[in-house]
Amino acid sequence: MSFETVIGLEVHVELKTRSKIFCSCSNEFGAEPNTNVCPICSGFPGMLPVLNQQVVEYAIKAGLALNCEIADYCKFDRKNYFYPDLPKAYQISQYDLPVCKKGYLDIEFGGTKKRIGITRAHLEEDAGKLVHQGSISSTPFSLVDLNRSGVPLLEIVSEPDLRSSQEARAYMEKIRSVLLFAGVSDCKMEEGSLRCDANVSVRPSGQATLGTRTEIKNLNSFKAMEKAIDFEVQRQIEAIEDGEEIIQETRTWEEDKQITRSMRSKEEAHDYRYFPEPDLPPLRISRKWVNDIIQSMPEMPEQARERIMDEHGLSAYDASLLTLTPDFLGFFDECTRYYHDGKIISNWMMGEMSKLLNQKNLDITQCKINPVHLVDMLKLMDEGRISGKMAKEVFEAMFETGSPPEAIIKEKGMEQISDEDTLEKIILEVIAKNPRVVEDYRNGKKKATGFLVGQVMQATRGQANPALVNQILARKLNS
Amino acid sequence: MTISFEEVEHVALLARLQLKEKEKEKYAEHMGSILQYVDKLQQLDTEGVEPLDHILPVFNIFREDQVKPAPKREEILANAPLVEAGQYKVPKII
Amino acid sequence: MELYELTLHELQQVLDKQEASATEIISSVLGRINKVEDKIQAFITLDEEGAMAQAQQCDARGSFSGLDGIPYGLKDIICSQGMRTTCASRMLENFVPFYDATVAARLKAAGGILVGKLNLDEFAMGSSTEQSAFFPTRNPWDLTRVPGGSSGGSAAAVAAGEIPFALGTDTGGSIRQPASYCGVVGLKPTYGRVSRYGVVAYASSLDQVGVFSREVGDCAQVLNLIAGKDSLDSTSVELEKPDFTSFLRDDIKGLKIAYPREYFQEGIETEIKNTVKQALLKYEELGAIVEEVSLPHSEYALPAYYLVAPAEASANLARFDGVRYGLRDFQAENVIEMFSSTRAEGFGDEVKMRIMLGTYALSSGYYDAYYLKALKVRRLIKNDFDKVFADYDLIVAPTTPTTAFKLGEQVGDPLTLYMNDILTVPVNMAGLPGMSIPCGFLEGLPVGLQLIGRAFDEGTLIRAAYAFEQNTDYHQAKPDIGGDII
Ligand SMILES: [Mg+2]
Ligand SMILES: [Zn+2]
Repeated sequence: MSFETVIGLEVHVELKTRSKIFCSCSNEFGAEPNTNVCPICSGFPGMLPVLNQQVVEYAIKAGLALNCEIADYCKFDRKNYFYPDLPKAYQISQYDLPVCKKGYLDIEFGGTKKRIGITRAHLEEDAGKLVHQGSISSTPFSLVDLNRSGVPLLEIVSEPDLRSSQEARAYMEKIRSVLLFAGVSDCKMEEGSLRCDANVSVRPSGQATLGTRTEIKNLNSFKAMEKAIDFEVQRQIEAIEDGEEIIQETRTWEEDKQITRSMRSKEEAHDYRYFPEPDLPPLRISRKWVNDIIQSMPEMPEQARERIMDEHGLSAYDASLLTLTPDFLGFFDECTRYYHDGKIISNWMMGEMSKLLNQKNLDITQCKINPVHLVDMLKLMDEGRISGKMAKEVFEAMFETGSPPEAIIKEKGMEQISDEDTLEKIILEVIAKNPRVVEDYRNGKKKATGFLVGQVMQATRGQANPALVNQILARKLNS
Repeated sequence: MTISFEEVEHVALLARLQLKEKEKEKYAEHMGSILQYVDKLQQLDTEGVEPLDHILPVFNIFREDQVKPAPKREEILANAPLVEAGQYKVPKII
Repeated sequence: MELYELTLHELQQVLDKQEASATEIISSVLGRINKVEDKIQAFITLDEEGAMAQAQQCDARGSFSGLDGIPYGLKDIICSQGMRTTCASRMLENFVPFYDATVAARLKAAGGILVGKLNLDEFAMGSSTEQSAFFPTRNPWDLTRVPGGSSGGSAAAVAAGEIPFALGTDTGGSIRQPASYCGVVGLKPTYGRVSRYGVVAYASSLDQVGVFSREVGDCAQVLNLIAGKDSLDSTSVELEKPDFTSFLRDDIKGLKIAYPREYFQEGIETEIKNTVKQALLKYEELGAIVEEVSLPHSEYALPAYYLVAPAEASANLARFDGVRYGLRDFQAENVIEMFSSTRAEGFGDEVKMRIMLGTYALSSGYYDAYYLKALKVRRLIKNDFDKVFADYDLIVAPTTPTTAFKLGEQVGDPLTLYMNDILTVPVNMAGLPGMSIPCGFLEGLPVGLQLIGRAFDEGTLIRAAYAFEQNTDYHQAKPDIGGDII
């Protein structure tokens, strides 16, 4: 029997405001434990939330980027559950009236386009962090750090439109790209500012009703997400084939064992008892507010892709890679301000640059190469001052040091010799030293020039402009 | 309206209240009588009545996105029953 | 007259004329507290040293304005920086906040001297102050009776001459009912008028901080200080704030007063009804137009309240989990057990009962039938009031169905106790301002007159209350506390 996989994702994105959603604590990552906390975000008695306007602004921006309808009325609700990292024992979230709904994103996978529905995107506060000594199941105690408590989150819930772990990944990457362009989040999975839970089910091919789903939590990287979904799909198929029933439950991805494991315990009782948050008046989002934000929306990746294909004649493939992140595109755009050939810039970025970034596991914001320096290097090639082979070496040095190409060439003494007088002198010396080879050439053995060019190159330690050498040599030999 | 012993246990679990057997009986009785009393509301036809979730005609109350210095960590942790390495210490999760 | 017997504005005059120093006032007040406190038991925490030190600083400055040198007390659910705030619960027995509630900060900034923290029903859940985890407070008019609740400590302390004014909170009648039982003035402002920041929440959509005093004028003065928008409370309203003392005019000619039929029905003691009707006659005599109206959904307010309030409370009290502050069961082996046993130990019966009820009303399958239904009924109750206030300036009614009951008399059956709030709860459900002033005595026990106004129209309440006070002398009666008055 063949099976179809059905996946829906709940993606949590931390919004990059300066302060938290309901208090004035800093929203920076990586501070000492419990130093970005106050009585409000640690849930002290008598404390009340006050909404950060920028959070709503970002949510609307994100909603527009996700092609959502922006609600004109929305409110907050309390989601009740006990956990040591949830200080009030309720999370302020949005239940029935989210800020964004009914959106979509188009993904491209295996050469085909596909539209993934977005059910809703709502605002909520993040919880704190539990630090375990060892694994959660063996640790005798845990420590609670509330720095993350109250960080603004947008939870984006997709329709169950995804059919494979690769599609899920493409969708996640698209969300990341779109939100990076909108400028509402830095979407760093390694810092938890982009996270996702996956709802996974399988059904016999052709069956209309959905199978029972499980929810996988703790997916901290694209790789973990793909592996966890693949594992879970296989587990469910095997269970069904063995005649077992799938239980609707929450499972966690265990990175070290590479398996999903049930998180159910007898003590658990799930019933979030949502009700309207009495401490926060509702929101009325005027059309004017939304229109103002539309006016201020930056270019989105799809527009950018069309633009650079148009302006620089790039292939769809190259253009889509260049528009993965606004920083990558920004580098490209900066280069094209000073250099006419976008295709060549694209080749260098997709080739050498991506290769080196991957090797060093860096992203482009950490790249030392200045776009202007890359352009300078390309111009040096055009002027014939360096060869393509030398350029690769220069590029690597630029990547290492961030120095301008001129300085590198100078330091390494690797400038190409294109001065005709200098070359002519060297060539005449080579001709004088090799009378027999010249003789051979004049007797019709045309291949003999190869040897003579080699000698010139050796004499100039490879810096002679090869085209020019060939030209001058032919002239001298034939005269 | 009566409420069963099992329902009391379920609610106590949701509310994280460890109840003694005697208390469960008492709560079953008291909650039963209160629920019977509040059932009076079912007499009212509220078809089409908009639920009143916020009494004030007030919307869009915001603060600006500005950071203020956090209080000292010692102040935040001063009332904590158990602290280690600047964090709240709690017994094992599972 | 001893200094402790003086009202707030009388103390201000004494200080102004340099007839007494702040130190003398605080000494007199502390002397009074030491004399009667073992009978009244209004204070959970008393800060004699701090109060004296502050008085000395006051005197050293030499000039007095605002509340400089004036003692007061706070219901122990209002956070006070550096002073234990217990909510009368074992859960917070040793909790010392490092922040002030906005109302506490405002009184402090005005120069007031916080003498101590006053008893209440645990987390403000009760109508007698018997649900305090520490001890019950007694009614100064009869020590065998309750002072009402939940702000019973505040009402009793003011009535017993221990302090000239105090703050309390009112979620379903917790200021007006004890004010009525203790024969003092109690004002619950409009929801949104006074900041709730730093006030430990019971039911967030209903809670409001208010004032206890011996005279209406003092109440207006304190309201001036605590009212107004607070950027830390999103539900405090940005409105131009009048000078509430400007309403202290003995003139209510033409004021349109309504008395709701439903507040004079069975269940309300006949003698109470008669006393309140006498007060209505007084108003007529003073030139007001007094007419009967109907608030048809009144009887549904209490059942709706007992869904809305516990539901919100179940969430508000969930934060007491033993992690960051308060009690913790150190014996528990895992975190879930720690939560459950800590909460079982830390909360008293009535609190646990309401948490259970609220949890049930919100739980899956019951939300629509209970919580949502209650919100719809809340709308109907508000509509009733809106209709009446289209034609009338003020609603007048009894505050409570009976006078103060005996300690222990209503313990055991929650429903009987809840009935105490039947006349005050609708006001909270509609978010309106309400006030109770003394309007008579029955067998030596005070009777309260409840005034209900339009939203944010505390001014009319103060004006009508002041006119009544000027033309009666109930507010001048003082309890004889076991013959111990100096
Ligand atoms: Mg969520
Ligand atoms: Zn904070």
